[in-house]
Amino acid sequence: MAERLIEVKGLKVQFATEDGIVRAVDGVDFELDRGEVLGIVGESGSGKSVTAMTLLGLTRDRNTRFEGEVLYKGRNVLAMNEDELQDVRGNEMSMIFQDPMTSLNPVYTVGAQICEAIQVHERADKPTARRRAIDLLKQVGIPNADERVDNYPHEFSGGMRQRAMIAMALACNPDVLIADEPTTALDVTIQAQIIELIDRLKDEFNSAVILITHDLGVVAEIADEILVMYAGRVVERASTRDLFYDPQMPYTWGLLGSIPRLDRPRQERLHSIKGTPPSLIRSPTGCKFRPRCPHAFDKCMQEPALENRVETPGHLDRCWLSVAEKRDLRGRTISGEEEAA
Amino acid sequence: MSSHNGGEPLVEIQSLKTYFPIRKGLLQRTVGNVHAVDDVTFRVSEGETLGLVGESGCGKSTLGRTIVRLLEPTEGSVVFEGRDISKLGTRKLRPLRREMQMVFQDPYASLNPRKRVGSIIGTPLKIHGVDKSERRQRVQELLETVGLSPEHYNRYPHEFSGGQRQRIGVARALALRPKLIVADEPVSALDVSIQSQMLNLLDDLQKELSLTYIFIAHDLGVVRHVSNRIAVMYLGKLVELAPAEELYQRPIMPYTEALLSAVPIPDPDLAHARERIVLQGDVPSPINPPSGCRFHPRCRYMTDICREVEPPLTDYGHGHLAACHHPLNVDKATLAQVTVSERHSPATADERARPQDPAKGEAHPIP
Repeated sequence: MAERLIEVKGLKVQFATEDGIVRAVDGVDFELDRGEVLGIVGESGSGKSVTAMTLLGLTRDRNTRFEGEVLYKGRNVLAMNEDELQDVRGNEMSMIFQDPMTSLNPVYTVGAQICEAIQVHERADKPTARRRAIDLLKQVGIPNADERVDNYPHEFSGGMRQRAMIAMALACNPDVLIADEPTTALDVTIQAQIIELIDRLKDEFNSAVILITHDLGVVAEIADEILVMYAGRVVERASTRDLFYDPQMPYTWGLLGSIPRLDRPRQERLHSIKGTPPSLIRSPTGCKFRPRCPHAFDKCMQEPALENRVETPGHLDRCWLSVAEKRDLRGRTISGEEEAA
Repeated sequence: MSSHNGGEPLVEIQSLKTYFPIRKGLLQRTVGNVHAVDDVTFRVSEGETLGLVGESGCGKSTLGRTIVRLLEPTEGSVVFEGRDISKLGTRKLRPLRREMQMVFQDPYASLNPRKRVGSIIGTPLKIHGVDKSERRQRVQELLETVGLSPEHYNRYPHEFSGGQRQRIGVARALALRPKLIVADEPVSALDVSIQSQMLNLLDDLQKELSLTYIFIAHDLGVVRHVSNRIAVMYLGKLVELAPAEELYQRPIMPYTEALLSAVPIPDPDLAHARERIVLQGDVPSPINPPSGCRFHPRCRYMTDICREVEPPLTDYGHGHLAACHHPLNVDKATLAQVTVSERHSPATADERARPQDPAKGEAHPIP
């Protein structure tokens, strides 16, 4: 058994706003072991980014309330004080943000920003930190790293900035790398490079990765396990193969069916999930996906628990339909033959 | 969407160039040019959807904007319904603005937050002299057409989600019953489930209103879904143009092959099984594009000729054009034929443009 790095138990994150309480994360559980890649998939507002940021204590605020536990190697991150958190952040867990254009400081050189993390956490002197920074930039594939280290972010292209962000996140050899939509702002060609890079570095640094994305294609390639989130909850959780070849939740079918696919013949029409994601302030009663689900029936007024319903252990979902019904219904949705009216 | 190859050409662009001058110094002298669109020729038939793909910085948005004359072309012509519009003045252009409209990428930035939806969609009608009562009725019809409710007339953009805002953008573009819509990344800011709603809507509208689309996107899955034909651009050049299925079945240009193989496939076994061509490096600068074939520094089939001679756009039959010295997926017979009659495009060929003298390189004189 690989070492357990993260255990999230019953995590709830609520924000008090003028309009009411936003239940951004509403009961999320998962575990992450060393060497594993966990994909978290969902639409905007499904709580995937809030979950990730909470792991690093980045959602702390006067108006935020937490419930549950986030254990990092057995220590509860939610109960840590700022100093303890500071020690974990960047050093043991680090994050790659979505937008490489805005997450680098434009007035410092790229090298200085990478050195900062090394100097803070490893008490290294300046020349050592600089040498490390150059090494890291080489590792993430920046050409002429010796010179590029003194460049400012605006002198880098989008793909290079994302590489620099990754170098920064890896500066202190973290155990857990959280990548929040690391490729969304990039071209497909650059996206392929970055995904390959993350996968390679995970092995080199012997760390675990949490990859947050709305693109099922991205996680299909590198994730071991996938969580599908909807309205602050996990609605399906399975190994990558099970999720793609035996999806149980109608929402997952909808996501799979919505993608125009290059590996299949062109469809006349795409499947689309009707309506829009629910408000997190007044979310629907019962199953959160019920108002948009083409297969909803009266039992869906009660919320199903996240449990194992198929033969494969560890494959969890939140849907009242029987496994046989699901296997019967889903084909048409995923292939796009049936469009939710 | 069926094939519309037989349709009348609605837009014909010929040797179109859009350069942005780089000015420096006290006198703001032009020291160079960004070759954003560099000699592109193609035509779009009525009722057709032409997909325009390429990495960021390849000039696809500039090309789209030049076609609707939001940008001035440096050289070349845009012929809309048989009339050259590339040199028309503002006043003469105004009636033509009714015919061609644009849908923008960012639904958050492209709607004025201080204006109500009714006024956003109604403004084009007002400019073109539709009176007030008729305007209101027309806007409400448009809201229904794009799947919103007429009661949304008095709301502000911030009250809508991203997908709904994009619908407002489409309603505004439809207000004057245009013939051509240039959609610049209309779905890339939307979630997958909303994206498919939007694509279906655009499809319905095309059938109902017999629209012609130029659909600019970087997502090849989306482009294949909507397009009849697809044009691939690289650093300002058109490098391949083919019917959609043809392009996906047998790409000729190595760049297209690499683009296709970079698209993530939501199927773990297939994703692991297929060979992926990961392009090294970034797109070079369009200020000083590489000599010869502009793709050569990143191409895995590169040979000496690619460095020196710019490959002409060649017709490989079935409406499949590509510019490459080492064409893929082409059998010997076809290859023998095309090398005899080497022309860079079909009827619209413009001899003067190429092949280029290698000694002169890519440095175009500043016009």
